[in-house]
Amino acid sequence: MSDRAPIYLDYSATTPVDPRVAEKMIPFITEHFGNPASRSHPYGWTAEKAVENAREEVAKLVNADPREIVWTSGATESNNLAIKGAANFYAASKGKHIITVATEHKAVIDAVRELERQGFEATYLVPEPNGLVDLDKFKAAIRPETVLASVMLVNNEIGVIQDITAIGNVCRANNIIFHVDAAQATGKVVIDLETLPVDLMSFCAHKTYGPKGIGALYVRRKPRIRIEAQMHGGGHERGMRSGTLATHQIVGMGEAFRIAREEMAAENERIRMLRDRLLNGLMDIEETYINGDLDHRVPHNLNISFNFVEGESLIMAVKDIAVSSGSACTSASLEPSYVLRALGRSDELAHSSIRFSIGRFTTQADVDYTIELLKNKIGKLRELSPLWEMFKDGVDLSKVQWAAH
Amino acid sequence: MAYSDKVLDHYENPRNVGSLDKDAANVGTGMVGAPACGDVMKLQIQVNDAGIIEDAKFKTYGCGSAIASSSLVTEWLKGKTLDQAAEIKNSAIAEELALPPVKIHCSVLAEDAIKAAVADLKSKQVGSKEAA
Repeated sequence: MSDRAPIYLDYSATTPVDPRVAEKMIPFITEHFGNPASRSHPYGWTAEKAVENAREEVAKLVNADPREIVWTSGATESNNLAIKGAANFYAASKGKHIITVATEHKAVIDAVRELERQGFEATYLVPEPNGLVDLDKFKAAIRPETVLASVMLVNNEIGVIQDITAIGNVCRANNIIFHVDAAQATGKVVIDLETLPVDLMSFCAHKTYGPKGIGALYVRRKPRIRIEAQMHGGGHERGMRSGTLATHQIVGMGEAFRIAREEMAAENERIRMLRDRLLNGLMDIEETYINGDLDHRVPHNLNISFNFVEGESLIMAVKDIAVSSGSACTSASLEPSYVLRALGRSDELAHSSIRFSIGRFTTQADVDYTIELLKNKIGKLRELSPLWEMFKDGVDLSKVQWAAH
Repeated sequence: MAYSDKVLDHYENPRNVGSLDKDAANVGTGMVGAPACGDVMKLQIQVNDAGIIEDAKFKTYGCGSAIASSSLVTEWLKGKTLDQAAEIKNSAIAEELALPPVKIHCSVLAEDAIKAAVADLKSKQVGSKEAA
């Protein structure tokens, strides 16, 4: 078994490029290599046409105007451009306070932290134990000088879907620019920017079967949202993001988003069926806990903690499947996931969590293999675990005096 | 993390997993570590009338190195006297398993577990002599 490649269940980390996408990209690396900014010859015209077609496909998936789509290198850049760009543009007229959530992606958290170093103040809302933001707590965090709020649509670790409509309406009423990181959402939830009260939205291609290294930022035109450029140069993308456009990457993102628009309804049904099968299989195991709300959640994600099993040995045990662990095992120590900690999970449960993420190429056989593997390995590790033995003997582990070391 | 073949072998096929009767007069139990730190080792030794360790069992909640360290010492302990057991050093465990520097604490924990088990057994023996 260990001689073959592990079963891929880490689609929230990245997805393979769909072969249909790769096929569309290749001619734009070789024959149609022109610079889309070249106006004086057909090489440039062909490239520009491809870029604009792709822009239209990206806009269509989220029901936006193509002129509202700005190409970037990915969601990290989109988040930085949106947050720093809008905060700095509107700080003088509105103020220097930002609201975000403790479970946001690091690209949002760290961009806000950078603004704090520049003199902004920030509130990092702690979500409810199910991972969702409480609207009253959000309202309570608003100050007269709140200039920007950033809340992700779908969480990368636990897959929960925030109520962007409700939060956005509160932002509108309080004249706050609202940014949404939708990197994990495209192709998974319906996004309609015609009706959503959102000013800025970040996208990337590689979570939706497109290539890495390409993303986009939605910048609302009505009412017009202004951002300060973070990258200066040739004034591409209406001055918001300079740099020669990566035609082949952009073509890939456009094709990936076209496929997502056409296939997401059927695909999500199939993935929900697989997720439910995985969920039912794993919940047969005693002392397992689902992290994050199960109803307000994309079907692609299942995040489960296995009690009384240590995180790193769990990772070793499941090496035949490619999953992501709540423990980032660095060379020196195990760091429990900050997202799970923000939900109030203990260090032990945060350590022993696994994120399973299912996608386009996952099969029922993959899911069945995973269930059997986990049942087997969790059982084996618990046979080894003195904590499991104590739990089975009825010892309350929270009452034991441990000698910390 | 790249583990040595010996660590992987002990992790895949741990030796002497289990529990002995912790209330028996000839069994010593050492439990060290804490769940919040990611390691808990329970090591038990059983001596015969001649004072030789005739059985050793362990259970460990921890990483592969912690499991391997405790599995290895159960092999080493058998046939030793309590004084010989107490002389087992973490450096010998770390060397045998080729533990990387960040995993040395696992071998320290195993040494602590041996010392705790020996101390537990000695306190029982003192107690039973006083009772007699």
